[in-house]
Amino acid sequence: MAKHHVTATVNGDEVEFLCETHETLLDALRDQLGLTGTKEGCSTGDCGACSVTVDGRLVCSCLMLAVEAQGKSIGTIEGVAHGEELHPLQRKFLEHAALQCGICTPGILVAAKALLEKQPNPTETEVRYWLAGNLCRCTGYDKIIRAVMDAASEMRGA
Amino acid sequence: MQEKVKGEPGSEFEYIGTRPLRPDGVDKVTGRAKFGADLAMAGQLVGKVLRSPHPHARIRGIDTSAAEKLAGVKAVITGADFKEQPSEFIPAGEMMINYKDVVRNVMAREKALYEGHAIAAVAATSAAIAKKALALIKVDYEVLPHVIDAAEAMKPGAPILHDDMYTAGVEPAPKTPSNVAKRIEFVLGDAAAGFKQADVIIERDFLTQPVHQGYIEPHACVASVSEDGQADVWVSTQGHWVVRAHCARLLGWDIGKVRVTAAEIGGGFGGKTVVYLEPLALALSKKARRPVKMVMTREEVFRASGPTSGAHVRVRIGARKDGRIVAAEAELKYQAGAFAGSPVQPGCMCAYAPYDIENVKVVGYDVVTNRPKVAAYRAPGGPISEFAVESVIDEIAGKLGIDPIELRLKNAAKEGTKAAYGPKFGPIGMVETLEAAKAHAHWRTPLGKNQGRGVASGFWFNIGGETSVSLALNEDGTLSLTAGTPDIGGLRASLCMMAAEELKVPLDKIRVQIGDTAQLGYNFLTGGSRSTFSSGMATVEAARDVIKEACKRAAKLWELPEDAVEFNNGSVRPAGPNAGKHTPMTLKEIAGIAGKTGGPIVGYARINAHGAAPSLATHICDVEVDPETGKATVIRYTAIQDAGRAIHPSYVEGQYQGGVAQGIGWALNEEYIYGADGKLQNPGFLDYRVPVASDLPMIDTVIVEVPNPRHPYGVRGVGETPIVPPMATVANAIANATGVRFTELPMSPPKVLKALDAARASGTAKM
Repeated sequence: MAKHHVTATVNGDEVEFLCETHETLLDALRDQLGLTGTKEGCSTGDCGACSVTVDGRLVCSCLMLAVEAQGKSIGTIEGVAHGEELHPLQRKFLEHAALQCGICTPGILVAAKALLEKQPNPTETEVRYWLAGNLCRCTGYDKIIRAVMDAASEMRGA
Repeated sequence: MQEKVKGEPGSEFEYIGTRPLRPDGVDKVTGRAKFGADLAMAGQLVGKVLRSPHPHARIRGIDTSAAEKLAGVKAVITGADFKEQPSEFIPAGEMMINYKDVVRNVMAREKALYEGHAIAAVAATSAAIAKKALALIKVDYEVLPHVIDAAEAMKPGAPILHDDMYTAGVEPAPKTPSNVAKRIEFVLGDAAAGFKQADVIIERDFLTQPVHQGYIEPHACVASVSEDGQADVWVSTQGHWVVRAHCARLLGWDIGKVRVTAAEIGGGFGGKTVVYLEPLALALSKKARRPVKMVMTREEVFRASGPTSGAHVRVRIGARKDGRIVAAEAELKYQAGAFAGSPVQPGCMCAYAPYDIENVKVVGYDVVTNRPKVAAYRAPGGPISEFAVESVIDEIAGKLGIDPIELRLKNAAKEGTKAAYGPKFGPIGMVETLEAAKAHAHWRTPLGKNQGRGVASGFWFNIGGETSVSLALNEDGTLSLTAGTPDIGGLRASLCMMAAEELKVPLDKIRVQIGDTAQLGYNFLTGGSRSTFSSGMATVEAARDVIKEACKRAAKLWELPEDAVEFNNGSVRPAGPNAGKHTPMTLKEIAGIAGKTGGPIVGYARINAHGAAPSLATHICDVEVDPETGKATVIRYTAIQDAGRAIHPSYVEGQYQGGVAQGIGWALNEEYIYGADGKLQNPGFLDYRVPVASDLPMIDTVIVEVPNPRHPYGVRGVGETPIVPPMATVANAIANATGVRFTELPMSPPKVLKALDAARASGTAKM
């Protein structure tokens, strides 16, 4: 069967790619567009390593077909920093040592950014439940939660 | 959180003990870092593995002809593509390996020994074609009876996995094959006599389930073999020299022909110390003459890569009324998976290591079952035996009416204590962690309704081993540091800090990388909590080598004897009677004249790092148990551990916190669930539930520092010990909350509720 031609916006840039019907958005991002910052940990939507935003909404890109990206605006980890300036979340993750191996980090940053856009002043419990779909096996989450809370505080200008 | 900042008055160091940003950090928060599955090569093929659907079956034949004919298939391999290997156990870090088994584990030969066992592999131009090809491979199986549980596997009449396995370590030598690979024994004093002095004796049986390391990144590699036999592998691994050795051995190639590059690694915890895909990818690439990329699915990770053992453990401890332990015994039956080599030996050695006990007897059995071969998992073997021992010690304290920390202090191992497994300890921090626990506010805070508090300690040996590092002083005075132990959680930061401390140069003037196997001499893997210890020791030596060479160059320039020049606070200067005769030169200035004074300045260290020292920990945990559902929730946790010296305290804390989280998962949720058909029923993160952010509280840490005299900065390994105490800490807290002692893991809600109901019926429950 012929491949599908998809045009979409990724991190503000217009992109086009060809994909198979069964291909996931995750595979298209990684294999067609070379954006390997988005990770595959399970391919069943359980680990959150592949978190991206689609028209501002947080999704597991392993659970979405690439053809469904047609006309959509996709946000990935590669679009989180602004030029040379890291996003406050990225900076706080480094300052708080909120990553060890770093494989879950892109997904967690994308998810945390989506949280702070909806809720700039989350409680610790809200952060913990929002990130409950993003597995981290290294850190025990302590420093991740602190980094997100600290970034939220800085972004609020508090 | 303990704070130590640069320039803190009283600190003898400028960099050690501070919290700089890690040098690989920006790459990891921007998505730039390249992990195992992130590399793509021009013309690469996709490799996929056909796996056994049966837990135990004889392979009568494999027909790959239809798969080979499928358009787009470029290579197919089976066990026949690998040579037979002789049976011999050789040390591989904290575990032993036998190539006769390794060759069978990467690809089954005469039998499939577990569901998920690799049977054949294909390389094709797309994943879809590769999958189609797997479906075309015909395997003629003779299904055999299987055995999943270690105790069942030890019974007479159990299905035998290996016809040539006779239990080692028993007299007289058995004449019939068995699933028990070996029996081991560690004896100190006379346990039977010791028990006669005891006022109280408690004996309990424990059962633990296999748990998976659960790294978020599945195994992944790309292999490329050229027409002249030069091979390259890019792989997510804890040790690329080890991957090289295994692959060269399994394929019969020269070690020097194989170059392995370590990608960034997305978690390992011991599980990435062995090979699964790498030899297959190389064999496929050689046949196909194209690069081959292989990535496991999560389901394959669960079904086919090593978890740690499940075990049956019996513990018996006797103590006098004053709390002194007079005798201790343990019997450990660890399941190894399909091939011999469970971590029962370290399990035996750790069992009573935190304590000074005169009479100890520990017996261990290594038992094969139809499950994936176990791999190392953070302090392999220790958490299982110590869970049992620390639970019984808690019960003894309760029975004698002695505070559990006091009871441990009365029996704590210290410098000079002879361990039951042989050595006399140097300085160790058992007493210090217990004192810190006693002094911690957590220990005294009142508990609420349905809540309980537990405490437990833990021990792990830590290792050193072969290590190489190079440190080049560049023309402009900056430095390039190349180490060979993959960085899983901040190694590059700590190596950079140790080099900066030695050389007195700013951290940002040193760029540190993990070199490939052609760039350095042999490096043993990142495991055994050895990388900051060993590569740190080598980095210090390499830095001192740079300093020595810098002094030599200045001596040449100043026409002085070499020993008349010294390095002091970042500068080379004349010493002794010549002091002040020449203007001191900075390393940068020496770098600038390197060409004229003898050529490039590079420090090397090639060491076998000795003097690794154990790290001990004491943990405190509060749980709240829901009396209606049986769900136990950890509401407060404090991990106290001896780091020797924390080079970068944030990453030391991170190790403590991460180990605790894994331990809580092991205690409360995680287990392999098998059906009567011998098939794993929960090979995914939905049903094999690791702790998520909403399951856990903040995890408080206290870094105790009892420096290791054998390391230039006092470093002990810290990565593994943190997973040792949590299971008993949580169990002791649940016992405190409910009045019920749990001896089976995981302490999941249905199990807790059932036990609570029984206890309520008999009137022994506290809720």
